[in-house]
Amino acid sequence: MDDVLREFLTETFETVENVDRELVQFEREPNNATMLAHIFRLVHTIKGTCGFLGLPRLEALSHAAESLISRFREGAPVTTEAVTLILLTIDRIKMILRTLEESQAEPDGQDTDLIDELTARAEGRETEQTIGDQPQPEPAVAARAPSAQIAPTPIISDPPQDGIEHAEAQRSRAQPSKAAPARPNGQGGANSAQSIRVGLDTLEGLMTMVSELVLTRNQLVELARHDENSDFKGPLQRLSSVTAELQERVMKTRMQPISTAWQKLPRLVRDLCAELGKDIELALTGAETELDRQVLELIKDPFTHLIRNAADHGIETPEERRLVGKPARGTIRISAVHESGTITIEVADDGRGLDVGKIAAKALERGLVGPGELERMSDERIARFIFEPGFTTVSHVSHVSGRGVGMDVVRTNIELIGGSVDVRWVPGEGSTLTMKIPLTLAIVAALIIEAGGQRFAIPQVAVLELVQPRATSEHRLESINGTWLLRLRETLLPVVRLSAILGLDPVGERFDPEDGFVVVLKLGKRSFGLVVDKVFHTEEIVVKPISNILKPINIFSGNTILGDGRVILILDPNGIVQRIGHGPTMTRPERDEVAPRRRVQEDKTSFLVFRAGQGEVKAVPLAAVTRLEEFDVSKIETVGGRIVAQYRGDLIPIVPAVPGSPLHASGIQPVLVFSEGDRTAGIAVDEIVDIVEDHLDIKATGQAPGIVGSAVIRGRATEIIDVAHFLPLAYPDWFENAAAPAPARSNRVLLVDGAPFFRGMLLPVLKAAGYDVVALAEFDAALALAQRSADSFAVVVADIESRGRNGFDLAEGLQADRRTAELPIIGLASRLQPAALERARALGIFDVVAKFDRTGLIEALAEATQHREAAGA
Amino acid sequence: MTLMPRSGFEDVETTSETREFVTVLVDGQLFGLPIECVHDVFIAAEVTPVPLAPPEVAGLLNLRGRVVTTLSLRRILKLDDVDQKPSRMVVGVEYGGESFGLAVDGVGEVLSLGTAELQPNPINLDPRWARIAAGIHWLENGLLVVIDIEAILGPASHSEGARLASFSPSKGFQS
Repeated sequence: MDDVLREFLTETFETVENVDRELVQFEREPNNATMLAHIFRLVHTIKGTCGFLGLPRLEALSHAAESLISRFREGAPVTTEAVTLILLTIDRIKMILRTLEESQAEPDGQDTDLIDELTARAEGRETEQTIGDQPQPEPAVAARAPSAQIAPTPIISDPPQDGIEHAEAQRSRAQPSKAAPARPNGQGGANSAQSIRVGLDTLEGLMTMVSELVLTRNQLVELARHDENSDFKGPLQRLSSVTAELQERVMKTRMQPISTAWQKLPRLVRDLCAELGKDIELALTGAETELDRQVLELIKDPFTHLIRNAADHGIETPEERRLVGKPARGTIRISAVHESGTITIEVADDGRGLDVGKIAAKALERGLVGPGELERMSDERIARFIFEPGFTTVSHVSHVSGRGVGMDVVRTNIELIGGSVDVRWVPGEGSTLTMKIPLTLAIVAALIIEAGGQRFAIPQVAVLELVQPRATSEHRLESINGTWLLRLRETLLPVVRLSAILGLDPVGERFDPEDGFVVVLKLGKRSFGLVVDKVFHTEEIVVKPISNILKPINIFSGNTILGDGRVILILDPNGIVQRIGHGPTMTRPERDEVAPRRRVQEDKTSFLVFRAGQGEVKAVPLAAVTRLEEFDVSKIETVGGRIVAQYRGDLIPIVPAVPGSPLHASGIQPVLVFSEGDRTAGIAVDEIVDIVEDHLDIKATGQAPGIVGSAVIRGRATEIIDVAHFLPLAYPDWFENAAAPAPARSNRVLLVDGAPFFRGMLLPVLKAAGYDVVALAEFDAALALAQRSADSFAVVVADIESRGRNGFDLAEGLQADRRTAELPIIGLASRLQPAALERARALGIFDVVAKFDRTGLIEALAEATQHREAAGA
Repeated sequence: MTLMPRSGFEDVETTSETREFVTVLVDGQLFGLPIECVHDVFIAAEVTPVPLAPPEVAGLLNLRGRVVTTLSLRRILKLDDVDQKPSRMVVGVEYGGESFGLAVDGVGEVLSLGTAELQPNPINLDPRWARIAAGIHWLENGLLVVIDIEAILGPASHSEGARLASFSPSKGFQS
């Protein structure tokens, strides 16, 4: 591109942005002569340059706009229509400029529409509206005009209230000196004298050289340290401080004031006011706060979304505001402050605040959360749902917002650069969105680790915690068929070895789980553990982009040079997840994840696959298993004909998975441990094979005691064991009667039990009996689901014992609703107590069955479905 | 270490256009890199290997604060890479705005060769060599293979390399 043209484009783009902003301000202060003179000059400059470069379309447009503006200078009234017209003209100019930038020629087309109107107005159709009878969106101008009338001198009439800050920010950036308002070329002249344009690559190059200088300095300092009475000490000291200063200044060249990201906002607010019929003032503070330009680029869009949101959802209409006793004009304040390496930006409005009820209702409807969960959530937690993708509380989609894009974009963009977003509000008084973002992207905190004999950096943002797993500690690594899981407090975390992912493992070497650290990484809602050999320290690193030829590896996000001059690679947690995501066992559903969105469609179930007896492969629903243990055989004893093991200072009964098959004679005995309440029992197996996630589709029933049936798991017929069979073997008092199971006709059962253990245990039993089962943990969610799709369920099976909400509440809820009043309910209890039975009868619960009495349950289900069919017929 | 001063072969016809090459040695064979591509010649101190990278990537190294992705010319040519010396000569090359290094056995002088003298690749040249060779210069004391930087570092280079990796090695070009 022609140098002259390029220069022109850069300058004109800037000028045009300025005119945009100045005009909005001017509209509010129509008697501000300084501002008018300035606007006139800006437009005039565009016109002049266009003429010089031979750009007729731009010239004609700017000429027409200039004529109209000069009418204002002669005292013509500044109307909203006129300002809108000029703003439209500026939009057109921008459009032409963009084409010019791409194709180096003005686009074809006519601007007669705009030019005609501009000249018509400029030629003094004085019949236009005057200031006094301006329409709605600009009442402020009308109200303020009389008082400001007496200010023809070039002194900016201070607008009332917070407008001051705004005016300050504007003035400091764009105003020529107040004393010499008429000096031609004021701004352009002053600026060009003090600054020059430098290519970005020049600055990047400088930055690189300075980094190198810093490294060399460090090496020199290190050398001098070994040499006690060195003559170098003095000069080195000076070199050191000069280097530090140089580094700081070069960093500074990359910085730009945040106001560059705010350029478009005054215009945006003006347009939104007109569109929404609201009256909003924009107050900007801290415009001079400086940020790395790379960061600045990324936060430009969020600002637009935030302003739209505040204007649309936050600020009320003038009438509403008057009704609640607020000034008719709403305010959106944006402020930026620099605090200890981060920039805090607040976008605050004095509107109605967040409506938590509405957000909660919407979150529930969208299936983002279950009702029980919602109850326990704080308002702050609920408010965070506004950052979910596609979330909106507005039922209609407006041009402005409500399409559910926006806030999630804000969060994504901010989190991408290692920042955070938070929202606070006072109902009826307004809301404030706070963003904390790093000053620069070029430097991030990273954890330096070693794996496979090589060092790597992990961005600190992704690191949740560091765990040192030890067999003796509560954090322990468990292996299932070569797949590792970390027991971390309440959860089993999938764990991968970094060296294995990177292909740095020596062939055939065994991995000792006690030898290393687990870096727990969090990515969105998922977390996983990364096993590394060593963990060093956290270091601020200068991120350098990775070469294009290495990008396809997709596991490194960049590289950096450490203090000692070594190059190390920066790991990208996202890439790691993608790489391991193909493995079948890496994602395990959260145990209590029962979001209604999964409702009637059948869930996949996680199975624990193991070997027992004569090498047969068997499985048990993972949810039913509390723990996997490996007992030293010496800890297992036979007492009174029963096998027991010492476990956590207690003795627990152990039952072989295949009746009569012997336990291991020496070494380690794998045991599946089941706990319910204070009772724990173990099932001894030969070998734990794997955890698989598959569709639970049981083919046949009752080949052998303790087997619910067989299912095809990963394409292989596998027997599913019935936990209910084993527990009574371990604890005879759990045992209940036995009767032949009565297979019922296929029907859908809603199973509600807060304990994953029982859900896991009953699910296969019910499936084996031919029922279609939807299992939920939350009673409120179950109620909502039953009410929504009352016809799709034949029976509800619910636990009636749990503390808090339980099957009784569910029964009350169901009966209160006409749609679900007829739905039979079967209560589940581990002990059949008279009081509970009494209450069940009073509530019209069809039957109450003991939890381990699976045949009783099957019978009750059959009766209930028949009963319902009879009632329905 | 900086570039060798320009010298040698002044007797080659200078009437027609000439092109200057930095000569490098790999496995006894002389190669020529167009001088306009070459920025530095240096000795690699510590190279950080890149796991999972294509085999020809030797690793990353720090050249005065810049991270240079280094490729082994020996591996690109699918020659044995076992007898690696601890420190190796690297030719710094700029391509597509990035810094690359080509690890070689040695760096020789800069030759100015007439463009008219450039011979096309012989048809019996090993395809893996032919892919990165832009022609042959016949010097008094041997042959010089002109390297096509684009073919080594260009976007198509790696998929191509992978495809060609299945060819059986033939030591056709050893004089």
